[in-house]
Amino acid sequence: MKKQLKSLWQKLFGNSVRAFGVVSLVFLASLAIAPAKNHFSEWRHYQQGYLKMIRNRSDAVTLQRHFQGGIQQIWLPDLGVVDRCTSCHVGLKEASLNDVNVQPFRPHPAIPHKLDQFGCTMCHRGQGAATTVVEAHNSTLAWEQPILPAKYIESSCGECHREPLAGAPQLNQGRQLLSRYGCVHCHTVKLPDGKIVKPTDDPPSLEHIADKTTREWIYVWLKDPQAYASTATMPNFKLSDDDARDVSAFLMANSTPLPGDTTALSAKASSDPAAGATLYGESFCASCHAVQNAAGNLVGGDVGPELTRLGNKVKPEWLQEWLRNPRSYDAETAMPHYRFSDPQVATLSGFLLAKTDSELLANVHLEAATPEQIAHGKRLASDYGCASCHEIAGIKKPENFAPELSRIGNKPVTQLVFLPGMQHTIPDYIAAKIRQPRAFGQGLKMPQYTFTPAQIDSLATALLALNDRSATLPPSLTVAATPESDYQPAGKAGKLMTDLACFSCHRINGHGGDMAPDLTWEGSSVQRQWLAEFLKNPNTLRPALIRRMPRFNLTGGEVNELTDYIMTVYQSPAVDRDSMPLSGYPQGQVELGRQLFYGKYACQGCHIVDTKTDKGYIGPTLTQVGSRLTAAWIFEWMKNPQALRPGTTEPNRAMNDEDARALTAFLISQKGGGKSEVKK
Amino acid sequence: MIRDSLTVLTLLAAALVLSCSHKTAFAPTPKPTAFGAAIVESSGGKQIAQAGTALPQPLIVQVNDEQGAAVAGALVEFSAAPGVTFDPANGLTDSSGQVTTNVTLGGLAGRYQLTASTTGKALKKVELRIEEIALGYQQTLGRQLNDQYCERCHNPESTVERVSNFDNLEIKPHPLTDGDTLNKISDADLSAIISHGGPALNKSALMPAWGNTLSKSDIQALTSYIRAITDPPNRNAGPVYAKN
Repeated sequence: MKKQLKSLWQKLFGNSVRAFGVVSLVFLASLAIAPAKNHFSEWRHYQQGYLKMIRNRSDAVTLQRHFQGGIQQIWLPDLGVVDRCTSCHVGLKEASLNDVNVQPFRPHPAIPHKLDQFGCTMCHRGQGAATTVVEAHNSTLAWEQPILPAKYIESSCGECHREPLAGAPQLNQGRQLLSRYGCVHCHTVKLPDGKIVKPTDDPPSLEHIADKTTREWIYVWLKDPQAYASTATMPNFKLSDDDARDVSAFLMANSTPLPGDTTALSAKASSDPAAGATLYGESFCASCHAVQNAAGNLVGGDVGPELTRLGNKVKPEWLQEWLRNPRSYDAETAMPHYRFSDPQVATLSGFLLAKTDSELLANVHLEAATPEQIAHGKRLASDYGCASCHEIAGIKKPENFAPELSRIGNKPVTQLVFLPGMQHTIPDYIAAKIRQPRAFGQGLKMPQYTFTPAQIDSLATALLALNDRSATLPPSLTVAATPESDYQPAGKAGKLMTDLACFSCHRINGHGGDMAPDLTWEGSSVQRQWLAEFLKNPNTLRPALIRRMPRFNLTGGEVNELTDYIMTVYQSPAVDRDSMPLSGYPQGQVELGRQLFYGKYACQGCHIVDTKTDKGYIGPTLTQVGSRLTAAWIFEWMKNPQALRPGTTEPNRAMNDEDARALTAFLISQKGGGKSEVKK
Repeated sequence: MIRDSLTVLTLLAAALVLSCSHKTAFAPTPKPTAFGAAIVESSGGKQIAQAGTALPQPLIVQVNDEQGAAVAGALVEFSAAPGVTFDPANGLTDSSGQVTTNVTLGGLAGRYQLTASTTGKALKKVELRIEEIALGYQQTLGRQLNDQYCERCHNPESTVERVSNFDNLEIKPHPLTDGDTLNKISDADLSAIISHGGPALNKSALMPAWGNTLSKSDIQALTSYIRAITDPPNRNAGPVYAKN
């Protein structure tokens, strides 16, 4: 053994020339390591693969001319971007490679931004400066943020765009859900511009809950809100039977009767299902409230709570008082104050109280509560943060009840507890936490929501946009949110509009709902007499709509008050309603308008002027448009509808004045020819 | 002596390897209790979703025997190109012979071919191919515009929320999925019809001109959406992703 080693030593380093030769060879070999590593690098491999792929294509010459070898880099000092992704993703800008289905050679889909101006990691995250697949895409010891999964990509739009963005529906939905499902009652979300996100779900006050419902219903509701109404916003706190018993005991004991004589049952609930259903339909309750039909489908809107099992919930006295004037129980409610007569209240309450589910409360038998149970219930109510959402006498709304989420988008993963088997990334954590919050440990308080997978993705998208980079971007690089309008009409009419909850459906000056038309320029648009008639007895303008304006049973005085206010205040500077007459157009012009209507512009595709021949279902019916709209409004509308009502579906036909005037003359001549048609 | 200890060591090592390999194994595939002869789609094919997101409706397939009766207890396995996830990825058919899975499409736009397979009686694999459409960014924008401006006339189906205007039109519009017609229209002509209206290409005047309402990029988004959803597919519909 020793001998052999010695002879090897002799062979290699026996004399100085030999030694020099061997050492030189070793030295050379080690010098070659660096260029060899470069030669066999991944990006070179992909570039060769790319060249091989394009060689046989018909557009090979163009592609080869565009190709640049070597490490490529997008460097944007302002944004802190050093992205070498284009070294391997060589075909990003080649739209003609659209048929290629292997990465990294797919072209980038068309987006509103240029790659050279934004780089890659601004949107996709990952380590831009890396030149190997693993380092660029995955989370490594030196780099925590891996590539963002494609389904959350819109979160990156939200880092700069704080306004609702037409091109990012998922982000918009997620931002809405944060408010709509009340996440922000418990979690503070401070936006980069300093504003705090406000909830929009309006959970009811529980101070007078005993007036409204029974302890048994509260118990069932607390156990599983979705068992009562599948669309309920309230999450499931997974309370044990005993805990639900105690909380319901506390809430009942803690409730005080509403001041005023509200408990007297003034009219007996009448049981005339046919009349009730008619009144329910005529009052368009279904515009806001949903009811499950026999087939199990929900029919109706989602502004107010679902009414499928309302009879199990409310006390008859309370329901009648609520129908008479909801504002006496909840001044802030979105429900309008219908001016129902006593017989109407009796009919409608009878109809609604019959909506019951015999099984819902059948197995609930609660014994009278002991003081210990009530005390325990109070402790539970404050432990679970009930007062974060609901007003409860004796419990203050807790501050910072749950972790702040203002920068959740890049919270270090070392500060998080993950479930076994899940990937250690922020997007996965957020999604899993929303999906099953209680799985993350015992004693956690976050309740169980019933979100669909798509809603969870949207919420995660919105939350991922709240991160350090978003919070620290200079204002010059961001698009600010449109400030929320808090427009309130003034005076007597303003009070009336609040009472009728006009803003639950209509938007005026940027404030209000989007179910019904924007009324900002209503005074320029319609004729006074029509408006007064409409408020008295709203008939429908669009035959295909299921959401409609209800009849509020207004008095003549109230109608005048509202009409005067709308006609005077809501006028557009672009339309002078007295500039064109409402009649007296020459017959020739009217006839020309008719030809344009049916010929050149083919308006009958969407509108009805002659009920015998026209069938268009999309726009409003125009049989009486001459008694409804002002001529000046029609004229301006013809020329550019979007200028008067942004986002309206009517196409802008860029009409010349002559065509617009002729169509105005034709339409204003459509006075409806008497009410006989309506009566039919 | 040495031999004995060696045996013990080998046994220990084997046990260690076994227990370790057991730990990393995935959720076990259930054992089928019955075998079918055919697998058919119940619902959930040809859906449209944004790339990387879950399909709006679950995918439901059914296993039948030779007579076409539903088979309960047959094993169905789902597979597709990398990036597509199934929840669950396999399952036994229920009493009505069906298996339901939620599908999330891959992050790249295009058509995804999903495979549902079951083992037949002679241990022969029976396969069903189902296609789903993943929309890219531009196509998603196109879909939004379509829902606002086009759908009411071009989609003959009515829903509770959206009553179709299709039947009211004297000259019927082409449903935007009608590949046989739309694939014959070039991109330039399609954009021209949208921006200048039907008469621009000798078509019905009931199709209004949208060129002053929609921007150029809006119309591009619309055409790319239409190209993505036609059946049979357009040649510009983007790549097909199938199981390797």
